[in-house]
Amino acid sequence: MLKKSFFGFTKPWIHYAPINKKPQSPISVQPSGTVTYFLERSFTSRANLLLKTGDSVTTGQKLMLCEGDDTYIISAVNGTIADISPHIGEYGKQQTAVTLSCSPEKTPDTAFADAAGEQTLETVKQFLGAIPGGASFADFENADKSIQTIIVCGMDSDLMVATRQHVVNTRLDAVTSGIAILKQISGVQDVRIAVCKDFVQGYGHIGAKIQFVDTVYPSALPKLAVGQVMGQTVPAGKTCLDMGVFLISVEAVAALADAFETATIPSEKLLTLINKDGSQQLVSAPIGTPVRDILAAFNISLQEKDRIIKGGPMTGFALYSEDHPVEPDTDAILVQDGATIPLYSDYPCINCGECVRVCPARIQVNMLVRFLEARQYQEGADLYDLHSCVDCGLCTVVCVSRIPISQYIQLAKHELAQSQAVEAENG
Amino acid sequence: MVDQKKLIVSPAPFWHDGSSIPVRQVHTIAAAIPAVLFGVFLYGLPALGVVCLSVSTAMLWELAANRMTGRAYSIGDGNAALIGLLLAMLMPATVPWWAVIIGTCVALFVGKHIYGGIGGNPFNPALIGYAIIMVSWKGLFDFNAALVNYDFGFNMIYPLAAVKQHGAAAAANYPLCSLLLGMQTGGIGATFGLGLILGGLYLIVRGFIRWEISISFLAGVFITALLFNIANPVKFADPFFHLLTGYTLIGAFFLATDDSSSPVNLIPMLLYGAGAGVMTMLIRNIGAYVDGVVFAVLLFNIANPLLDKIRPKALGKVIDHA
Ligand code: SF4
Ligand code: SF4
Repeated sequence: MLKKSFFGFTKPWIHYAPINKKPQSPISVQPSGTVTYFLERSFTSRANLLLKTGDSVTTGQKLMLCEGDDTYIISAVNGTIADISPHIGEYGKQQTAVTLSCSPEKTPDTAFADAAGEQTLETVKQFLGAIPGGASFADFENADKSIQTIIVCGMDSDLMVATRQHVVNTRLDAVTSGIAILKQISGVQDVRIAVCKDFVQGYGHIGAKIQFVDTVYPSALPKLAVGQVMGQTVPAGKTCLDMGVFLISVEAVAALADAFETATIPSEKLLTLINKDGSQQLVSAPIGTPVRDILAAFNISLQEKDRIIKGGPMTGFALYSEDHPVEPDTDAILVQDGATIPLYSDYPCINCGECVRVCPARIQVNMLVRFLEARQYQEGADLYDLHSCVDCGLCTVVCVSRIPISQYIQLAKHELAQSQAVEAENG
Repeated sequence: MVDQKKLIVSPAPFWHDGSSIPVRQVHTIAAAIPAVLFGVFLYGLPALGVVCLSVSTAMLWELAANRMTGRAYSIGDGNAALIGLLLAMLMPATVPWWAVIIGTCVALFVGKHIYGGIGGNPFNPALIGYAIIMVSWKGLFDFNAALVNYDFGFNMIYPLAAVKQHGAAAAANYPLCSLLLGMQTGGIGATFGLGLILGGLYLIVRGFIRWEISISFLAGVFITALLFNIANPVKFADPFFHLLTGYTLIGAFFLATDDSSSPVNLIPMLLYGAGAGVMTMLIRNIGAYVDGVVFAVLLFNIANPLLDKIRPKALGKVIDHA
């Protein structure tokens, strides 16, 4: 837990997890009974489904819910489909959860092996959309946003997480060939790799320009990191993609290389497990493994009112169930003891100014929060720079009144985006 | 799924630095204690009575306001106690009990709760209470009259009144180090310069007040007093005298720095502090009142929302030239 320092007149300098000079080797965890995957589409009806309970599945098999879908999952195990049900993801995203019960043997599925001879965008899109690290390769074909630059993210964007730095530290060869593949399939020649400033080892020639990102939180959050790598700020309310920048995790780049090298689809996700006492452990587990199995493997006992977080302490998502699986973008799992969880209060803003001091986006958070509390989201965006916020969460960490500021901000952004979408549809 | 445990789900971030409103108020009260103790030690039981009455009635008014508005009880957060304490620190030890009660009532209701409670007040509540009493019963806060029955063996004339009447020469009767050690008449908790400075530094170092405001306020007082002094050394006392007398120090560290009624951006904080400092000296040297801190701070409380509009450009903000 982070404490306000005794000398409280400066803003806090919170550093990222220091680089491990001697990399830890990850401990492997296997699913004990079931694995679960989320399909990025809503579960509509049971008619015409390609999947049904009882179907058997082989390792590496690509599963789609309906014919012609462009979202799919890749099974990391052999097994049978035990359940298909609707699932509500982050921000109310409609997803479909597919649960498989695993069987011990591993029969490789050969569809990808047949296609892997050709390193094309089409193959990658068809088979590697759910590799560890996660990447939306379809963005390369998006006509109205042409991509000029690829940034390989070698820095962990949240605190206490050491997943990507481990990949940079130990898998540079795979990263190098992954970068070559990326260049080939996308045709984009400007590839840069962003790593944390502490890295001092020689990189040799890896086919990408090495760029350093500051080590003080929140410099490695996507928008701020892109600002440092590109030398220009991402305009408020715009995404990195709008700037022609494609972000990809270094883990996904290494997985890309592995995929073509071995002609199988990689499924082992590397993640940092952060225990209640703050100790960290690198874990490698197949995508789909329930968090429960990982906690059990390390004897972490969970009590009522504890908290499990997918991601780091500043930007993660709290999970409501131990059955939540490891997803392609789960870089960390953080377990918090219920006794140490700070609670929000009902107090209004007292105008102490701590949030303004700490905000990396120079937002008048004290004023913004007044508008957002009154649900005046558009006013908040127009007058007090809602869209400049990079969602670092620092304002909420330091708030003396313990207002859930980040929650207000994310809700406001979400509501505005929704009403914009509705307007676009009607207009 | 019978063994499903109930987990806490909440939005990010999942950490908090542990700061809170009660902590902030309690530390501010603690920082004021040396100056208050000194006043109690000097004036004895009457001063203690004023302090206790002020703090307790302030808390009772808070409770009353909570009940009337049907809100959660906030009497325990220390804010009402702090307002009561600050008000007591400004008053002479001999102030009548009814004035204390009216003062805290005005401070809590007119100063704080009609704006919706903590965080909503556009003025420093303690100063509102003080100002209303001062305007309504002019004689009450005339320190020379109020403390006429005390003699501690140091110069018992209120320093600011002395220089107002007799010019800068009167300042010579107040050696700076005795001013610093509290050898002067004035409010219960406003005279012990050393205690106030130590308390203020503590609050600054711990980040409980915004140092920019305190420092710029003192700079505003000092520079304006210096200019007056250079222009007419016979009439206007030197700047060090002004720093250590009246409400200057309590104003800099405890009054101007009230969270809700002061700005949070760098330039506005500097303007606010310096402006209140300059205004203090203008009132002292050419205005009608002997001390100007109260009205100067209240005046800049009004200017605060306007000042705080001066702010840095937010990240990635595109200025529309169309
Ligand atoms: S989360 Fe808060 S501190 Fe971070 S950028 Fe947004 S408003 Fe600023
Ligand atoms: S930190 Fe919280 S209480 Fe302080 S100004 Fe910001 S929003 Fe208000």
